[in-house]
Amino acid sequence: MKYKSVFDIIGPIMVGPSSSHTAGAARIGRVARKLFGRMPLRAEIVFYGSFAKTYQGHGSDVATVAGILDFDTSDLRLKNSLVIAEKAGMEVELSTSEVLTEHPNTARIKLSDDERQIEIVGVSIGGGKIEVLEVNGFSFQLGFDTPTLLVLHEDRFGMIAAVAKVLTQHNINVGLMEVSRHTRGSRALMAIETDSTISQEVLEEIRQIPHIFDVSLLALN
Amino acid sequence: MFRNVAELVELAESQGKKISEVMIEAEMEVSQRSRDAIMQDMYANLDVMEKAVRRGLTEDIRSHSGLTGGDAKKLQTYMETKTFLSGPTLLNAVSMSVAVNEVNAAMGTIVATPTAGACGIVPGTLFAVSDKLQPTREEMVNYLFTAGAIGYCIANNAFISGAAGGCQAEVGSATAMAAAAIVEMAGGTPEESAQAVAIALKNMLGLVCDPVAGLVEVPCVKRNAMGAAIATVAADMAMAGIKSVIPTDEVIEAMYRIGCAMPTTLKETAQGGLAATQTGRMIEAKVFGVRMEK
Repeated sequence: MKYKSVFDIIGPIMVGPSSSHTAGAARIGRVARKLFGRMPLRAEIVFYGSFAKTYQGHGSDVATVAGILDFDTSDLRLKNSLVIAEKAGMEVELSTSEVLTEHPNTARIKLSDDERQIEIVGVSIGGGKIEVLEVNGFSFQLGFDTPTLLVLHEDRFGMIAAVAKVLTQHNINVGLMEVSRHTRGSRALMAIETDSTISQEVLEEIRQIPHIFDVSLLALN
Repeated sequence: MFRNVAELVELAESQGKKISEVMIEAEMEVSQRSRDAIMQDMYANLDVMEKAVRRGLTEDIRSHSGLTGGDAKKLQTYMETKTFLSGPTLLNAVSMSVAVNEVNAAMGTIVATPTAGACGIVPGTLFAVSDKLQPTREEMVNYLFTAGAIGYCIANNAFISGAAGGCQAEVGSATAMAAAAIVEMAGGTPEESAQAVAIALKNMLGLVCDPVAGLVEVPCVKRNAMGAAIATVAADMAMAGIKSVIPTDEVIEAMYRIGCAMPTTLKETAQGGLAATQTGRMIEAKVFGVRMEK
């Protein structure tokens, strides 16, 4: 069941004109921003499929940038995001690609500053709902409807159990879990959807586990 | 949780509940949130819809491209000044649906129901039917839960976006959702709601998504208008006891199969249908200044 909530159908409240191309695009941008954790200096956006063909009329470009600015789908500033981004000192580079993707509404977003970089691939599946298929080269299928914990760690035994142990101690139930790695023994990324939100203290506790490089938590709603 | 319309109707009828109540309880279970919190979120959606309807009927809405706007007001003026044929509830539903979709095209604030391209039909029919039936605010919110329950079934068994399944998935879903909700508000049974879904969706099968210049304007606004009309008539037909020969879930499955078989040129790519007509291409060139050849 891709759509879990009635508010996936009746909602979101948004600035028009397209839930896939405007609201969905904004949400993909916002996931990238939340994963990056702060205002980036550079945003490189590549549109594929229907996004590439029709983004101008749907404002997918302004919507994606609005998301990167951490604006909600209903934020009226969405329309002026390009100007706002420029004033904030964010460089935006937009391009389209003819490469055939699995889903027609696909965007690749790379955010960077002098210290860090993040790259995601998101698809807009309709009605403002999105899925993230790639985070820094790791393959996933994440919706970010519920709090989702992303843990970047060394690919070695016991890591999943160590994280799960912390969650268990704090009575946090896991709804869904995906693990992805580049190659055996290299880096791996754990994505954990939880039923309840996770406090900063718990995040810090997970961060202290040996062989963990980075921990982030995000949810769209 | 229910997986399709048959299960939804079975749940409602076996427990003597309305579809909206089944949806509210399912939402409480899935989200682990209180009834009050869920109701509040839907009241917020209702408020946004009401504002959009009022804006579209009273303000001079014009989209950025200049292609759409003002038709909702035209219809209201026509209703006030001329002898009209179809009926006030029907024409109000059409006019209010156009109003919301015009606000959407002008990058105004709307609620995706289930999408932005089809955002006029559910609120348009809701406020038009409310003029006639005088429901409480809670009954109006229940209308949205019933519409949502049907949209939930369609989205999980087929699709709701034009890019995935053509306009039948987008305006078609909204029409089916509205038809079911009208039936419930008018006092019909859950089974009659399901019949209205089948009757409404059947008449949207095969509908391609061919937005001129790729914009959510032409033909989207007028398809919202006709979606509202079809939803209202389908609800009346169902409450008259008329049944769909093909069961509701099979109609949804048919919609899914048709959408899968549809070429990508007819799925929101602006490469076929009305978008590819001579005028469609001219408009595209005028709006974007390029891309005459495709």
